[in-house]
Amino acid sequence: MAFEGKHKTRYATFSRRTLLLGGGMAAVFSVLAGRLYQLQIVDGDRYLTEAEENRINFKLLAPQRGRILDRFGVALANSRRNYRVLIVPEQTRGGVAAAVDALAEAIPLTDRVKLRVIGEARGAKGFMPILVAENLSWDDFARLNLDLPYLSGVQPDVGETRDYPYAEEFSHVLGYVAAVSPDDKQKNSSGDPLLDLPGFRIGKRGVEKAFDGEIRGHAGASRVEVNAYGRVIRELDHEPGRQGEDVYLTIDRELQGFLYDRLKDESAGAAVMDVDTGDLLALVSTPGFDPNAFNVGVTPDQWKELTESDHKPLINKPLAGFYPPGSTFKTVTALAALDAGVIEPDTIFHCAGQFELGSHAFHCWKKGGHGALNVRQGIKYSCDCFFYQVALKLGIDGLQEAARKLGLGAPTGIEIPGERGGFIPDRVWKQKTFKEPWQLGETLVAGIGQGYVLATPLQLCVLAARLAGGKQVTPRLVHSLGAQRLARPDPEPLPFSTDALDEVRQAMIAVANEPGGTAYAWRIADPAFAMGGKTGTAQVRVISAEERVTGVRNNASLPWKLRDHGLFIAFAPADKPRYACAVVIEHGGLDSHPQVSLARDALLLAQQRDILGRRTAYPVNSADASL
Amino acid sequence: MSVHVYREPPSASIRQKLVQIDWPLIGLIALIACTGFAMLYSAAGGSFSPWAGRQMLRFVIGFFILVAVGCVDLRVWMGLAYPAYAFSLLLLVAVEVAGRVGLGAQRWIELGPLQLQPSELMKIAMILALARYLHGLEPGQVSRPVRLVIPLAMIAFPVVFVLLQPNLGTAALLALCGALMLFLAGLSWWWIAPTAAGVAVAVPMVWEFALHDYQKARVMTFLNPDLDALGAGWNITQAKIALGSGGIAGKGFLMGTQSRLNFLPEKETDFIFTMVGEEFGFLGTMALLALLAVVIYHGIRIAMRSRSQFGRLLAMGITVNFFLYIMINGLMVMGLIPVVGIPMPLLSYGGTAMMTVMFGFGLLMSVHVHRRIDVPRHSSGII
Repeated sequence: MAFEGKHKTRYATFSRRTLLLGGGMAAVFSVLAGRLYQLQIVDGDRYLTEAEENRINFKLLAPQRGRILDRFGVALANSRRNYRVLIVPEQTRGGVAAAVDALAEAIPLTDRVKLRVIGEARGAKGFMPILVAENLSWDDFARLNLDLPYLSGVQPDVGETRDYPYAEEFSHVLGYVAAVSPDDKQKNSSGDPLLDLPGFRIGKRGVEKAFDGEIRGHAGASRVEVNAYGRVIRELDHEPGRQGEDVYLTIDRELQGFLYDRLKDESAGAAVMDVDTGDLLALVSTPGFDPNAFNVGVTPDQWKELTESDHKPLINKPLAGFYPPGSTFKTVTALAALDAGVIEPDTIFHCAGQFELGSHAFHCWKKGGHGALNVRQGIKYSCDCFFYQVALKLGIDGLQEAARKLGLGAPTGIEIPGERGGFIPDRVWKQKTFKEPWQLGETLVAGIGQGYVLATPLQLCVLAARLAGGKQVTPRLVHSLGAQRLARPDPEPLPFSTDALDEVRQAMIAVANEPGGTAYAWRIADPAFAMGGKTGTAQVRVISAEERVTGVRNNASLPWKLRDHGLFIAFAPADKPRYACAVVIEHGGLDSHPQVSLARDALLLAQQRDILGRRTAYPVNSADASL
Repeated sequence: MSVHVYREPPSASIRQKLVQIDWPLIGLIALIACTGFAMLYSAAGGSFSPWAGRQMLRFVIGFFILVAVGCVDLRVWMGLAYPAYAFSLLLLVAVEVAGRVGLGAQRWIELGPLQLQPSELMKIAMILALARYLHGLEPGQVSRPVRLVIPLAMIAFPVVFVLLQPNLGTAALLALCGALMLFLAGLSWWWIAPTAAGVAVAVPMVWEFALHDYQKARVMTFLNPDLDALGAGWNITQAKIALGSGGIAGKGFLMGTQSRLNFLPEKETDFIFTMVGEEFGFLGTMALLALLAVVIYHGIRIAMRSRSQFGRLLAMGITVNFFLYIMINGLMVMGLIPVVGIPMPLLSYGGTAMMTVMFGFGLLMSVHVHRRIDVPRHSSGII
């Protein structure tokens, strides 16, 4: 039975080893089960999260940017549909370059654009869409959508673009919107995810910047289920977001346009303000620039023109232009002196054409002088010598203090960025800066608004408004956000005696209404609309002694750059002031006084528009309706 | 010399054989296959096309093959072992030559509408041939170099040609299956221990000199899938997410987001197990593993009950092969070994694999049905 025995050995070995192998198999199954336990039970939650992240995409929906309207609801900044096309590098078959070439068959694309897109794709994450072209015509956009099945990775998109129908008129008031810069992203403290959206634009400068948060609105979000290729399967939920607020300005578009048209060839700043509220009806800076151009991107040529023009269109002149206020400042000197009791309305000073202080002679603009004058006449004729003597009596301390109370020497606090504060000198500043004490002669010069004294046209408008209304008004541009009015406390009365203020007002009325007044030629004949005002001229060059003898050269005969600045502050109507106005025309100091005639026309227009009964302005909300 | 009395059992009728068939095992196999249909139905987003319907048809055909193969006398299979091996090897060589001639890497032969993968045929043929050869050897004889050369060659030829295809997964499967059959036949530990040591040394060498770049890349991705989560590591990362996100009870039938949204690659083939994990959770995967384990248990029991060494080796060869499929696929989709392209038997979509597996179970069934036949050591079967 050896065979049988061997048989048994063979079978025994097989059985033993089969059991051993079975044990090994059981071990492998244990490993599999253990691994599944680890993946599904221990780490299950983590993988579930990852699966959800896989499946769910957040799509940010850009809110529509709020409009900006004038006080009568005229749209100054609109959002219109912007047909554009994006490329998602990751979804292109055969690379971005091929996709761009294919796209160029459907819509016109320049080589520059192609190179830009390919360059951007190189540095970007594959799933981030790259903007190829925008502001496509409807025809191009429609054709693109037809060809879409043959264009891989191409995404048509309807965005929005900003439209400024009045372009240059409002360039500095509204500002513009432009692409988000890396700097903006860094400063994005609120963490608004919109800034990461391709092609998203935020406000730069002006109201667009100052109220960007309100105008921008809140991002909507759409949670969508996507498959592995990024195709949206269905929308899980949708948060519509909130459209940006409409912003109602205090501006009257028609008045703004009127002023802009008259000033557009000048380098000038002008403002019209409500003397009771400080609401600005016009805030003009010329020449302007077209904010629409910034929206689509300024070409190098345009940029060169903007930056190199001697009329400096990029400077917001009413807010950031510094000018010696010149004779307009005499109102300040007069008010300060009257209020301080340094002079009385009937105090007389003599003008002999020049005033000597020590060894130095200070000249009056009128050769031969004005003779004996009281303060009203001093203002009416704008006598320099009169105010040299008033300033000398008053002293720099009283003068600078009064100037500050009237809104000079510090920013007015208008809502939009970029304002500068002008300058009012004082003893401390002089000592610190020049290591020299204040000189009396400097007080004289300051008294007629020359020397160190500098003011912006907006400050001059505030000055006019404060003089006219007797209240400490501050300017504002924005009346309401959406249906919500921005409340402001009523302005406090000015800390000057009513009598003193009245005397200055009467003097200013004389300027523009009495024969011999410096603005008499430009008076408003209708007494109901009559204005008061004060002219001013700011020299930009030194008049030599020799020239004084031979006669001061006529401004019209000088090169533009050397002509005096022409200034005018005014208010109307004379008996119960409602509007104040300031116009500064750089190198515009001509005998024709364009700044005076313009201020007159602007004040007339503003008053006439009141009479037309259009003063039911601003959005009507329920609270208003019940009133 | 004692006379061994060999009794030919009365040849059984087809009806008797059908009664003998291990129907519970077939029931188990059908249950597993049904899980596969459900997953394929779900993978198609709740549709029988394109996968579930065809797979069901194949299973039905496979079922008849299984029963038919099971009813054929074990000795007939023994007789067919060498010719089948020779034929399969020939096809394998033919495919390789065709590939060299200019068709690129090719793994199958076109037979009209059918695609015949010689490597799949070889899995069965090699088991048959090894069982046939080892049937006649005592444990002591197996370990003799002279005797060992032949089965080693039987394993080596197909492994080399499959590697040349190149198909690392199948080559590993063939090599492991063959080695385990030698082990079961009683190969001496004196051979096994040094070989195991040798493999440990050889693996780094193979890595350095023999692997294709894409194979190396697969291994590298496997070792660090997060390195390139959207590239080559995508498969394994997404497979793990699918499995893990199923949690304890799963997301529910037809509710698997990873599969439905196509995050899961090759979900209908190699990665079908992860779908079970995603939709039915830990409970589902455990139940499925249990079913598969019971099938293996059945296989082992059939092997142990067979009177003939050929039957035992054949049954164990088929069972081991089935087990290796599960092991390699399971370890692969769970991120424990590189992705090598081995499907999950009975579950993964694929015609050839289904036929091979069902044919294999047919052979197992044949061993079961003919378990009482004692095949003499020097018998060469019935031809």
